[in-house]
Amino acid sequence: MAVSTATRTAPAPPAGPTRRAGEGSGRVLASRFAGYTILVFFSLVFLYPFVIQIANSFKTEADAAAHPLSPVPEPFTAESMTRIFEGTAFPTWLGNSVLVTVVVTLSRVLLDSMAGYALSRLRFRGRGPLFAAVIALMAVPPVVLLIPKFLVLNQLGIYNSYAALIVPLMADAAGVFIMKQFFDSVPAGVEEAARIDGAGPFRTYWSVVLPMARPALITLTILSFQGSWNEFPHTLVAVQNPGLFTLPRGLADLVSGSLGAGTQYPLKLGAALLATIPVAIIFVAFQRYFVRDANEGADKG
Amino acid sequence: MTTTANRGARGDERRAGWFFVTPIVLILGLFMLLPILMALWTSLTDWNGQGSPFAGDVPFVGLDNYTQLFATDDLARLDFMTSLRNNAYYVLFVVPIQTALALGLALVVNNRLLRGKGFFRTAFYFPSVTSSVAISVVFLFMFANGGAINAVLSAFGVSGPQWFSDSRGVLHLLLGRIGVVDPTAPPSVLTEHGILGLSWWDWASGPSVAMCAIIALVVWTTSGTFMLMFLAALQNVPVQLDEAGMIDGASRWQRFIYITLPQLRPTTFLVMTLGLIGTWQVFDQIYVMSQGNPAKTTLTPAFLSYRTAFRDFDYGSGAAISFVLFLIIVLLTLLQRRVMRERNEPGGRGAGPARRRV
Repeated sequence: MAVSTATRTAPAPPAGPTRRAGEGSGRVLASRFAGYTILVFFSLVFLYPFVIQIANSFKTEADAAAHPLSPVPEPFTAESMTRIFEGTAFPTWLGNSVLVTVVVTLSRVLLDSMAGYALSRLRFRGRGPLFAAVIALMAVPPVVLLIPKFLVLNQLGIYNSYAALIVPLMADAAGVFIMKQFFDSVPAGVEEAARIDGAGPFRTYWSVVLPMARPALITLTILSFQGSWNEFPHTLVAVQNPGLFTLPRGLADLVSGSLGAGTQYPLKLGAALLATIPVAIIFVAFQRYFVRDANEGADKG
Repeated sequence: MTTTANRGARGDERRAGWFFVTPIVLILGLFMLLPILMALWTSLTDWNGQGSPFAGDVPFVGLDNYTQLFATDDLARLDFMTSLRNNAYYVLFVVPIQTALALGLALVVNNRLLRGKGFFRTAFYFPSVTSSVAISVVFLFMFANGGAINAVLSAFGVSGPQWFSDSRGVLHLLLGRIGVVDPTAPPSVLTEHGILGLSWWDWASGPSVAMCAIIALVVWTTSGTFMLMFLAALQNVPVQLDEAGMIDGASRWQRFIYITLPQLRPTTFLVMTLGLIGTWQVFDQIYVMSQGNPAKTTLTPAFLSYRTAFRDFDYGSGAAISFVLFLIIVLLTLLQRRVMRERNEPGGRGAGPARRRV
């Protein structure tokens, strides 16, 4: 948009005789109507793909091919669901995803909060440079780490194992940053009181400060859950054995592997749907924490 | 400053401090810092994936992998330049569209007169939190030949293309449509000359039809996040400013252009640079939807580096590509940091023109 950056002041007001009198209920109604029309249109654009996904998961292949847009499966069949569980390795992927997500989320919450606490509250040599390093690592784009991570996993001899899937994800720089920012906002008096009562740093962290950090911990839990549940590129370079595939990896394999043969869209869409449900539930239940995260991104800059 | 009196407590803190950060130092060090150094070494070798890249018999080739990408007239350079071109067009389309859409949605959702904003905000943001792989599957189905997108298009009398097998560039198509050049027989001035292994005609292709489907997907998934950022910024715009404009008789459009938009400038800049940084990393969608096909028109540097290393077992070149990509992204990040800092300084006037160049 050609907005003149030089113009900072408002323009000379156009002479509008008795303008406000005209802004009566007619105009308000019209602008409301326009507003809702735009919102409803875009809600359809943003939500209808999910409707298509759900509907087509319960269609027959012929029906899905003939009526891709229709929200009503005709006839309704759960055949693709049965085939997902009996004809594919979906149960294995699901199990692996649950394992990875639970371990990664728990350890991120613990390790990130410990580090965030230390960086915010404990004075030790090297704290400044360490925090600077954490900030710098946040800027490292994950995709350029694909080959490098493979090299390290290979060198450590853990390539193609649960350790390779889980350990590299167990801490993240952004989580440390979120926790540090939170602890910075806790009044110092709380800890001083604990210290006077004779509590050491561990006790102060575990029984005094951590319980106060609940909002930040919930945010971190949700972000870690969503991040590790959806994680794809890391699993691509960490494991090769189909028995170690997580849901995104299995799904990608299902799609790219059988492209040439029958399209099997109800099956693929159903599997994608099942993979989306946990995140969707978390999202609906904890929306405000997601929103908070996006806005923290805005503040960060 | 340690005094003798509290040395005990401080010593405690020091030990505890390191104890608390040791796990993250180990994990981030082992899986972020060390990998970068190892890859830097590997990019200087011709390691083929057998044994260790640090073994004595791995051929050390110096900067050959890098010069090959830029200077040698061969397939490696052709692929790399093609991937840069594809990604550049992808960025050129995705960043402005997602920024404009996010801003537009934020403005509508922020309207004081409307109810049910919570629902709409949730609806627009939902795609951003779902799995990129799962969503790619849905879009593959929607953009299939007899899929939903083509069904909608045909309702408007347009017969949609075969999205994922159409490698024609949209700028080529556009030029053909308005009759400037015939895409099937482009002028030889353009096809016979070029730079870095691609002819001028190839450079000017625009995103391919297949890439457009991926662009649509990405705009759809990311606009919600950026909308929330705009929404937060809009809520910080003082109402008095708008009211003052209203009293002065400025129309709604004038108030938007001269009052709201300038107030949103830092957020707009943030959204655009985050978009720039993100769009150079597109990988998941390419992997799931197209694998760089058709005719390499959806090949991007991130996917090319993966393919070169893990499919062609040329880890040296793959690592070199990812370092060039790294460099591009670091430059964009530095640009963002610098301009944001200037903006935050009092009287930082350099920021205005800098943004225009972006």
